[in-house]
Amino acid sequence: MKTGYYPGCSLEGTGKEFDISLKRVLKDLDVELEEVDDWSCCGASSAHGVNHVLSLALPARNLTQAQNQGLTNIMAPCAACYNRLLSTQSSLMKDKVVKAEVEDLLEDKINGNLEIINVIEYFQKIGVDKIIEKKKIDLSWLNVACYYGCLLVRLGDAGKFDDEEQPTSMEDIVAATGAKPIDWNFKTECCGAAHSISHTEIVESLTKKILDNAMAHDADVIVLACPMCHSNLDMRQLNIKKHHPDQKEIPVLYLTELIGMALGIDGEELGMDKHFINTRQLLDVQQQKKVRKV
Amino acid sequence: MKIGVFVCQCGENIGKTVDCVGVAKSCASIPGVAVSMEYKYMCSDPGQNLVKQAIADNGLDAVVVAACSPHMHEKTFRKAANGAGINPFLVEIANIREHVSWIHDDVPSGSLKATDLIRSAVEKVKNNAPLTTIKVPVTKRALVIGGGISGIQAALDIANAGYEVVLVEKEPSIGGHMSQLSETFPTLDCSQCILTPRMVEVYQHPKIKLLTYSEVEAVDGFIGNFKVKIRKKARSVIDEDCNGCGMCIQKCPTKKKAYSEFEEGMAFRPAIYVPFPQAVPNIPVIDRSVCTFYKTGKCKICETVCGRKAIDFMQEDTILEEEIGAIVVATGFKLYKITKPEPGSPYEGYGEYGYGEYKDVIDGLQFERMASASGPTAGEMKRPSDGKEPKKIVFIQCVGSRDESKGFSYCSKICCMYTAKHAMLYKHKVHDGEAYVFYMDIRSGGKMYEEFVRRGIEEDGAKYIRGRVSRLYEENGKIIVKGEDTLAGVPITIDADMVVLATAMVAQKEAPKLAQILGIPYDKHGFMSESHPKLKPVESSSGGIFLAGAANAPKDIPESVSMASAAAAKVMILFSSDILEREPVIAQVDESTCVGCFYCQKVCAYNAVERKEIKDRNGKLIKVVAYVNEGLCQGCGTCNATCPSKSVELIGFKDEQIFAQICALNEI
Repeated sequence: MKTGYYPGCSLEGTGKEFDISLKRVLKDLDVELEEVDDWSCCGASSAHGVNHVLSLALPARNLTQAQNQGLTNIMAPCAACYNRLLSTQSSLMKDKVVKAEVEDLLEDKINGNLEIINVIEYFQKIGVDKIIEKKKIDLSWLNVACYYGCLLVRLGDAGKFDDEEQPTSMEDIVAATGAKPIDWNFKTECCGAAHSISHTEIVESLTKKILDNAMAHDADVIVLACPMCHSNLDMRQLNIKKHHPDQKEIPVLYLTELIGMALGIDGEELGMDKHFINTRQLLDVQQQKKVRKV
Repeated sequence: MKIGVFVCQCGENIGKTVDCVGVAKSCASIPGVAVSMEYKYMCSDPGQNLVKQAIADNGLDAVVVAACSPHMHEKTFRKAANGAGINPFLVEIANIREHVSWIHDDVPSGSLKATDLIRSAVEKVKNNAPLTTIKVPVTKRALVIGGGISGIQAALDIANAGYEVVLVEKEPSIGGHMSQLSETFPTLDCSQCILTPRMVEVYQHPKIKLLTYSEVEAVDGFIGNFKVKIRKKARSVIDEDCNGCGMCIQKCPTKKKAYSEFEEGMAFRPAIYVPFPQAVPNIPVIDRSVCTFYKTGKCKICETVCGRKAIDFMQEDTILEEEIGAIVVATGFKLYKITKPEPGSPYEGYGEYGYGEYKDVIDGLQFERMASASGPTAGEMKRPSDGKEPKKIVFIQCVGSRDESKGFSYCSKICCMYTAKHAMLYKHKVHDGEAYVFYMDIRSGGKMYEEFVRRGIEEDGAKYIRGRVSRLYEENGKIIVKGEDTLAGVPITIDADMVVLATAMVAQKEAPKLAQILGIPYDKHGFMSESHPKLKPVESSSGGIFLAGAANAPKDIPESVSMASAAAAKVMILFSSDILEREPVIAQVDESTCVGCFYCQKVCAYNAVERKEIKDRNGKLIKVVAYVNEGLCQGCGTCNATCPSKSVELIGFKDEQIFAQICALNEI
């Protein structure tokens, strides 16, 4: 049975390279995803602040789409999509009244049996052994700061896939790629998320703290699994540099890009040319290592 | 059967809502009622005499008094009736005060209801049988479980009253948590200085049998007549032969094999050890999990150096049996740890504070040891990571306590006070240091407590910040404390050298198991439940078992000592008579119909149902039936309601009595 794939709006826009690298990596790992038919926006971080029923109906539509398609599980790489899909299913199954209201809007039934997972859980599911097995490049020179952001691991009552305060699941996957996950302090600090547009200066200061802490612990790269976090940590570095001329740059990769590097996939095929902060240096070193290995 | 009905006006209390004259008159016509009268105060001497006189004049067989709650005056009227020659259990009370006059304001309907209740009581009393109280002997010997300050106080009080006491402590020494404390609030007197004389007094008391390194394994029997099995764990040192010279401890080669429990992991101890120098008894114990001999079969250095030949590697646990009349449970508490919880724990850990991984984040008891002159740093402020004197220290209150998301609903009560004390002790030792305290509320109820906290703030300059700490992390040798000052409404970050967490007081891990052995209730947190939160605070709901100290709920030293003395007083009351009299309202099994399904045994909360074999004259087993232990049964009636074959009845409340009462109410 194929895993259902819900890319969400971000992975078609600012987080395009997350989508590209995921698909490319899965090709090498011989696994396939089945995209949810005619999926629509989950409402992300906005809907649940505006209208409670709508904020449930938007993700619920995608749940019914997946159900009708015969899927038993959905993988949503975006932290917000993952959270919304998971918490919608969980809260609808707990509240019959709202469930009836939402089903009325959708003219469809929610069965509540979908397994909803994020990208970390997905790689756990297909097995990190597969990465280890297909690994071509030595990344042991690379110090990786795994950044979960504030949302990915905090699921409230809807579930728990890792420790909310001291998560380690991403480190396990990074370790499988051969890179070295470091211990640092701001794994779950908030980057400012959607305030990026309305309060850019707040996001800059929050982002700077995260970047600085990662670099203070000798990270060469920050790896994450949330498109919102990625756009803040990657894009806002340029603004930070305007206000802090001495600020050093640090590349920010999606987990799937790092896995792709380990599998020896070309950087451009992984979308690594789409970053604000140049990832070339990583690829250059990788290239050298590859040559040396040959 | 001739029944007398006596309606009390209770002054205005009943009289104003119930037409007592009319009620008495209409009750006279109830079949079986020979005489019915009313009076202003039936419980007064003239009122009681009225009852006695009526019994004598009319040759009454039973009495119904319509008055206040039976909790008030049932005993009074039973005694009066008994004085006139009627069995006290042939007296019934119809409660027409709490159940009628106090809750209704309409005279006609109040009077009607009063009449109904009286008729109902009359129908019940017709089926009452004369009963006699149950008498059980009392073993005048107490068991105190737990040798902390509560257990010590209870044991000394009972022993000083002249009764024998068996004091059981699971650790190698008595003293409990109080022996670990540096100074005590609100007077800052040295904890050990006030405690150790009491520990020695326990040891030397001729009436106290002290069993350390021992645990209660089984408790049978009932109030006044318990049989207790105590496991005396193998010490590997013969008590009687050891003179406490300490040579074995000095020569033991496993100097740093184990963390000292007494020093809260901040120092090491060898495999053979006494928990602390003032331990009582001063007899070492071998920790077999770290001793070289038990691991490799070689070493025996302690045996070689012991001049008294007191080491016994082959010693085994022994089981002692004691006859006991009353039990005081004083098993105390332990401190909650912020580490990742063990599976099944009701509490969460504190990942945001690093799950206890940061060396310079310690808990309250560790700070006590650091501040103690006899502690691992000899009383000097030295942080665990590098031994440097912390110049900036942050105390965080309510870690666990009052945090529902971590599984705690309750306040640990002592932390506000000991944190104030800690901040003071720190400032007394590090004059140029800064002490911050994060708090939710300052709860300083108690004599001289508020004054003590103010002293810490005003004289010693502890900086109190109202708000929670959201995160701790290590950065460049500092512990970064991120919190909120809710009074100023700003986030706050402090780069501290050391952080002290006032973690919650939780029940001992083994507390639920012990409560089950004793057959007493405990709450969802594992604290032993008192019988009544206000009026029976030291009694458990099982007769003869009392509670003292933090085993019941978080408590400080003065409160624990008060409770221990109160429990001791309850024990002495029990021991003041040779025979114990109990109401005969207990369950009784009809052995002819009992089929031995033992559903009653399963539902009995007091372990009062036993198995009884019925044999024929040749000794052949006919059947096994339920048998109710008179001493244990509390007369709750649960078995009565459960029995499928209707073979269990509650004496004094048999089905026929209850049904007669109900039917009488239907005769309207």
